[in-house]
Amino acid sequence: MVETQHSPRIIPDRLEGRGARALKSWESLLLVVALAIFITNSLASPYFLDPWNLSDATFNFTEKAMIAFAMALVIIAGEIDLSVAAIVALASTAMGYAATLGFDTPALVVVGLAVGLACGAINGLLVTGMGLPSIVVTIGTMSLFRGLSFIILGDKAFTGYPDSFAWFGQGYVWWVFSFEFVFFAALAVVYGILLHKTNFGRSVYAIGNNATAALFSGVRVARVKFILFLLTGLMAGVASICLTSRLGSTRPSIALGWELEIVTMVVLGGVSILGGSGTIPGVVLAALIMGMVTFGFGLLNVPGIVMSIFIGLLLILVIALPIVYRRVRRRLKEGAR
Amino acid sequence: MKILKTLLATVAITSALMAGVANAADKKIAIVVKALGIGFFEAANKGAQEAAKELGDVEIIYTGPTTTTAEGQIEVINSLIAQKVDAIAISANDKDAVVPALKKAMDRGIKVISWDSGVAPEGRMMHLNPSSNPLIGNMIIKLAADNLPDGGDVAVLSASATATNQNTWIAEMNKVLPNYKGINVVATVYGDDLADKSYRETQGLIQSYPNLKAIIAPTSVGIVAAAQAVTDAGKVGQINVTGLGLPSEMAGHVKSGASKSFAIWNPIDLGYSATMIANDLIGGAEAKPGAELKMGRMGTVKLDDNNEGAMADPFVYDASNVEEFAKIF
Repeated sequence: MVETQHSPRIIPDRLEGRGARALKSWESLLLVVALAIFITNSLASPYFLDPWNLSDATFNFTEKAMIAFAMALVIIAGEIDLSVAAIVALASTAMGYAATLGFDTPALVVVGLAVGLACGAINGLLVTGMGLPSIVVTIGTMSLFRGLSFIILGDKAFTGYPDSFAWFGQGYVWWVFSFEFVFFAALAVVYGILLHKTNFGRSVYAIGNNATAALFSGVRVARVKFILFLLTGLMAGVASICLTSRLGSTRPSIALGWELEIVTMVVLGGVSILGGSGTIPGVVLAALIMGMVTFGFGLLNVPGIVMSIFIGLLLILVIALPIVYRRVRRRLKEGAR
Repeated sequence: MKILKTLLATVAITSALMAGVANAADKKIAIVVKALGIGFFEAANKGAQEAAKELGDVEIIYTGPTTTTAEGQIEVINSLIAQKVDAIAISANDKDAVVPALKKAMDRGIKVISWDSGVAPEGRMMHLNPSSNPLIGNMIIKLAADNLPDGGDVAVLSASATATNQNTWIAEMNKVLPNYKGINVVATVYGDDLADKSYRETQGLIQSYPNLKAIIAPTSVGIVAAAQAVTDAGKVGQINVTGLGLPSEMAGHVKSGASKSFAIWNPIDLGYSATMIANDLIGGAEAKPGAELKMGRMGTVKLDDNNEGAMADPFVYDASNVEEFAKIF
């Protein structure tokens, strides 16, 4: 006991067990919130627990969540990409233009992905090549990309998509499981492995915690960041394909305001906005929570603005709770001593 | 004791809620608008509520997204399908994007109509236009003629020379012109829906035609600019500005006398009629070309080959009612 008087910080002699850590983790808190919302929704509306209704509701979040996976990596690495929704619009506009030229579905998919990658590359070059802050760069490209689709489309719309193109956003793989939902689940696994089980994922965390230290440890910081921006661009292209296919039409206002919903999803999922920490399972749970809240409120015909208020409160609450909990616990410990 | 009280209160509230649900075994008609918080649509909701009251067994669900996007409307439509509403009456943000969702609604037995801003034909059973081109063409010349019992010279201030809507209305107006004795249309000028150009074109009209008695502007931008130009030229009382405009923008000019009256659709009647038609469809009426659907106090609507119908003449606004509607849109 003499030792503790010298050092005010108590260094545990061993780490907590896997189970104890899991119980106290952010993800388990989110899981509890998700279950609570699920149960509340089931009680509040007789229409909630219906496989087809739930299946319809997944479209509320699948496209945004696809982008959120890549966004989570970018934010963990200490950067941000606010141009994603504008990339969705530009990719959709490009696909619509290609469709009017008579290109078929495979070509449209290539166009969507290519535009997404190109936009991501522009962001990546500006951030890593010229060393500009990503928030400034992507606010700029956000206006640029959406501005381009406004110039191309004006108040018109592209609607001439081939019938086979509709499958991405309206098709079902098996029973109530839509292509979008299955793809979302698959991407969750891919990004989970990428972030948590590969060297690349490790270097993303390292950069987010201390970019300079990472650089001196041999991590190619600029290259990793560039790849991350390419990934968000690519995922915005993927989401654009799904959304355009679901709507069957492109207007320049497509996906307006999504960037903030996606960042909300990522932060709600436990990714630190300052970088350095967060997990993919957390983002998946956050996507489910936001989807269920939107759908549940929709069933009760709660106006959308009330939903936004609720999501905002949920975000503040979920972020504040652990901090308050930690403080209270410290007080209690100090009081007991 | 406290726990018991809480429990009792919970039971009471729950049963009250259940009773509410039981009452709502009525027909559910959803009015889906472009976005919530827009005066025009709030007024349409007022009309829908009036229709529901008149029908007695109808519950109105007034809903819409927070921003005017197609994605937002699709989320709303999905939740309405899930609730198994009986009818959806929508003013669409994108006439094509909502089609897949609305088709799904129709597949599940929900009656779907569009009003105000239409949906492509495959995504709805019928579309209710607030008015029709012949009715508008007739109304704009009638508004000018009503204030000119002895006839006189009138001029038209249109939007751009290529504006489809305005050109159609002016063509319809010319068709019925012979019915209005003594009215001469001396010129048609184009203000391109720009306030300053419309203003200058009006000034030109005033100088070129000293006997001008009325200016017809079938555009909401042009009518305001023309009224301003007439006021600035000190011609209030000599030249009457009329046409199509928004009450909120025109209230001042009606008060000053620059415009005696003008017309535009009445959103309250539109919401009322959409609800009545939806109710008629739920009751078994079929929406097919040539069919007539009931609209309560607004009479009936006859469907054309595209299953579209026109509600009524544009509604006339003058000093007696413009203040009231200026608060709405």
